[in-house]
Amino acid sequence: MEHYTMNLTLKVWRQKNRQEKGHFETYDMKDILSEMSFLEMFDVLNERLILENKEPVVFDQDCREGICGACSMYIDGRAHGPWQKNTVCQLHMRAYKDGDTIVVEPWRSAAFPIIKDLMVDRKAFDRIIEAGGFISVNTGNAVDANSTPVDRAKSEEAFDSATCIGCGACVAACPNSSAVLFVGAKISQLALLPQGDPERKARVINMVDQMDKEGFGNCGNIYNCEAECPKGISVENIARMNREYLGAFSSSEMQTRPNPAKHNGV
Amino acid sequence: MELDAKIPVTELDQKWADYKNHVNLVSPANKRKLELIVIGSGLAGASAAATLGELGYKVKVFCFQDSPRRAHSIAAQGGINAAKNYQNDGDSVFRLFYETVKGGDYRSREANVYRLAQVSGNIIDQCVAQGVPFAREYGGLLSNRSFGGTQVQRTFYAAGQTGQQLLLGAYGALERQVSMGNVTMYERHEMHDIVIIDGKARGIIARNLVTGKLERYFGHAALICSGGYANVFYLSTNAMGSNVTAAWKSHKKGAYFANPCFTQIHPTCIPVTGDHQSKLTLMSESLRNDGRIWVPKNKGDKRRGIDIPNEDRDYYLERRYPAFGNLVPRDVASRAAKERCDGGYGVGTTKMAVYLDFADAIKRYGKIETGKLGMTDTKNETITELGKEVIAEKYGNLFEMYEKITGENPYDVPMRIYPAVHYTMGGLWVDYELMTTVPGLYSLGEANFSDHGANRLGASALMQGLGDGYFVIPYTLSRYMADEIRTNAISTSHPAFDEAENGVKERIERLMNVRGNESVESFHKRLGKIMWDKCGMSRNEKGLSEAINEIKALRKEFWGNVKVSGEILEMNPELDKAGRVADFLELAELICIDALNRKESCGGHFREESQTSEGEALRNDEQYSYVAAWEYTDSGEILHKEELTFEVAMPSQRNYK
Ligand SMILES: Cc1cc2nc3c(=O)[nH]c(=O)nc-3n(C[C@H](O)[C@H](O)[C@H](O)COP(=O)(O)OP(=O)(O)OC[C@H]3O[C@@H](n4cnc5c(N)ncnc54)[C@H](O)[C@@H]3O)c2cc1C
Ligand code: SF4
Ligand code: FES
Repeated sequence: MEHYTMNLTLKVWRQKNRQEKGHFETYDMKDILSEMSFLEMFDVLNERLILENKEPVVFDQDCREGICGACSMYIDGRAHGPWQKNTVCQLHMRAYKDGDTIVVEPWRSAAFPIIKDLMVDRKAFDRIIEAGGFISVNTGNAVDANSTPVDRAKSEEAFDSATCIGCGACVAACPNSSAVLFVGAKISQLALLPQGDPERKARVINMVDQMDKEGFGNCGNIYNCEAECPKGISVENIARMNREYLGAFSSSEMQTRPNPAKHNGV
Repeated sequence: MELDAKIPVTELDQKWADYKNHVNLVSPANKRKLELIVIGSGLAGASAAATLGELGYKVKVFCFQDSPRRAHSIAAQGGINAAKNYQNDGDSVFRLFYETVKGGDYRSREANVYRLAQVSGNIIDQCVAQGVPFAREYGGLLSNRSFGGTQVQRTFYAAGQTGQQLLLGAYGALERQVSMGNVTMYERHEMHDIVIIDGKARGIIARNLVTGKLERYFGHAALICSGGYANVFYLSTNAMGSNVTAAWKSHKKGAYFANPCFTQIHPTCIPVTGDHQSKLTLMSESLRNDGRIWVPKNKGDKRRGIDIPNEDRDYYLERRYPAFGNLVPRDVASRAAKERCDGGYGVGTTKMAVYLDFADAIKRYGKIETGKLGMTDTKNETITELGKEVIAEKYGNLFEMYEKITGENPYDVPMRIYPAVHYTMGGLWVDYELMTTVPGLYSLGEANFSDHGANRLGASALMQGLGDGYFVIPYTLSRYMADEIRTNAISTSHPAFDEAENGVKERIERLMNVRGNESVESFHKRLGKIMWDKCGMSRNEKGLSEAINEIKALRKEFWGNVKVSGEILEMNPELDKAGRVADFLELAELICIDALNRKESCGGHFREESQTSEGEALRNDEQYSYVAAWEYTDSGEILHKEELTFEVAMPSQRNYK
């Protein structure tokens, strides 16, 4: 791999807290190495700001290997930056060249209020899971793991859905701030497995209801979510969620819930 | 204080059944009145909290991330062991027990390890019932692989994301209890101290990381499930936030800290590239099932890896350990890599790396595939193509991760790897019931010292975390809680809470008021360098003594010159980090003291003074067959010894030749 250094201009969203107004701050970054990760470049910036008696930029991060889902930056108009199927923490500076300007913002969604700078509050996702993103099985109740064979192809599909890291890039990338990819992924995982079957109907209804309560928008079939999802979660999951949702209502239930089609992605 | 591990006195395979049969229980009506604090939402904390919530206790769970789902367990890659013997290849509870004790170089407690092996199968059952999508065979049954040199296939896995899938299962169970009102979740909260009333753990002081305010919480008991302390080395495979604070504060309030020097260096990580490096990334051990490790035979060979012909390569693990080859345990593989690089045979720009090469595996699998497809007379390209597909199916996400970080394609060129700090076997001392030396204070998962002795086997940490949380603590806690049913909730205005909160407040103010010239990060890096150089893969008396002095000096410098920006009453990650690094600066000294005290080599602890003529680790059972449990006092750490007795797995020198 060819290694090089570069000078960059960084425009970063700064906002003291939820109440105060935010603004962009511009920083000249010198001698950034191509082998650095994007967050290591922020480490360099923060080290400098600290020594200059200024406040370092606040952002969420933890694992720095693309799996915890904490990191969340909107870079040059793209959730998680320019690389496909990638989180910010795995973005490396070789994606840029000398002289580039990079604009960094937080996830923007009414359901993800800003805490500080680039850090947002994603508790809405936990509350959606609380509404039904699990199988109700108390510890000790389980039967032998091999007593229920599971179709391998379905199991693999369930796994693909289950790899969602709960980062919220799908919401950030969507002009409507819809959370259907995240919600659809969990519903699909559990709907594809025999273990998830008994609670299938209640699960989809409760999770979708909670999603609406949290203030996420409706799906407009734009599919930015799939394009920006770091784990490549497919929009198939949205289609399955919609089928599950419609299937969850018998005709009598339809009368008490007049508009299930609202979530039909149209 | 005399250390009593409270091991049931009966035959090894009867101990746990006997314990469960006789433990005191708490009625459902009483459970509702009993409150519990769980620090941590990783595999250990989430599984414990969910299960205790299901039983009816009132549980409060704390984590510093924005969601319990982000605990560091999420990053585990390779798999989880269980003695299911689904492959009919000779596995059993006894074999898993025996290999764990042996792998830990006879520095763990037989009774605990046996229990772990006994509950291992239940873990898999529970996880499958939760919808954890483990890998399966075409017939629909679970698939297994062998991991870390075991001769049986007992590792369950979900591609290279097993930890993620297990944690999401436990997280679902936890969120279900939240929705039922049994568990209250406190995200972005960091425990800063434990509150002790009349000698018992009764609560915590936590800092709300969003507002910066200190908050008080009561519990009839508290569980420390805060993970490992590998970040004391600065660079490790752990997440950036992983820390020792909860365990260390417990230690300072009376919980003994056991075997702190037992740290695990994992042989296959992506090498350091430069000073900017903030963390290291693991390449799962499972890769060693197919990858061959080598360095050039000649020092300073300037050719690229793929251009070096076989006769000029030194497959040093296969050469030194013909019986186990590339699958020797982690500590052995790590030291062997260091030996080659120190000798000047390393590769890559820094020369601190060795190759992990898949070319042969690709060829081998390719040939099998062409055979399956009935192709004859196939071209090399077709074989390579098909072989790459097989490798992609097994390790695709790891290869992708490698390419993202290094910019090199490991399907075409050999990976470069080097050992990195990965796991800490040491931790809070706990007895058979997982209780620390403070009554009512328990510790689970990586935060305790219990089951892995001086070296943990691959795929056993996930097993231990979930074993502790789902299947052990619900019983052992019951013994303690049965005596607590008459204790009413204690008000958090009790003077003990005042005192603890004041202590935390003063310390935070002190940190902010140093207003020095050097960043927290910089101190952390300097600490890591001391630890890696003098208390890393290989240790000696001189280096350790120097390290102790250097750490003391660094700690003094830290408190005189650290610069913490921002304010107390706001989201301030610099302040969070400062508190964690201050604790690491204290722990580091204890690690070196412990390493200095243990004048033998065992597992991950290699003392240069104690090796065979062939350079292998030499244990000293006569003098060191004990758990070193350290007691914190104002005048220094005091060593207590828990003698280890082996009745079933008789100590022998490990031999992987
Ligand atoms: C990259 C990697 C790969 C691994 N792969 C495997 C594998 O394949 N198989 C295997 O068996 N093991 C593996 N391990 C080891 C295993 O993942 C860990 O040992 C295990 O997950 C630890 O679980 P835990 O619940 O004890 O702690 P963690 O998952 O680390 O959770 C700690 C929790 O404590 C909280 N916490 C910490 N301090 C505080 C505080 N002061 N206040 C409040 N909350 C706090 C955190 O927020 C977090 O919720 C791997 C480890 C790493 C680093
Ligand atoms: S669906 Fe993709 S983008 Fe959305 S939360 Fe999950 S991983 Fe992130
Ligand atoms: S920091 Fe964990 S996914 Fe980026």
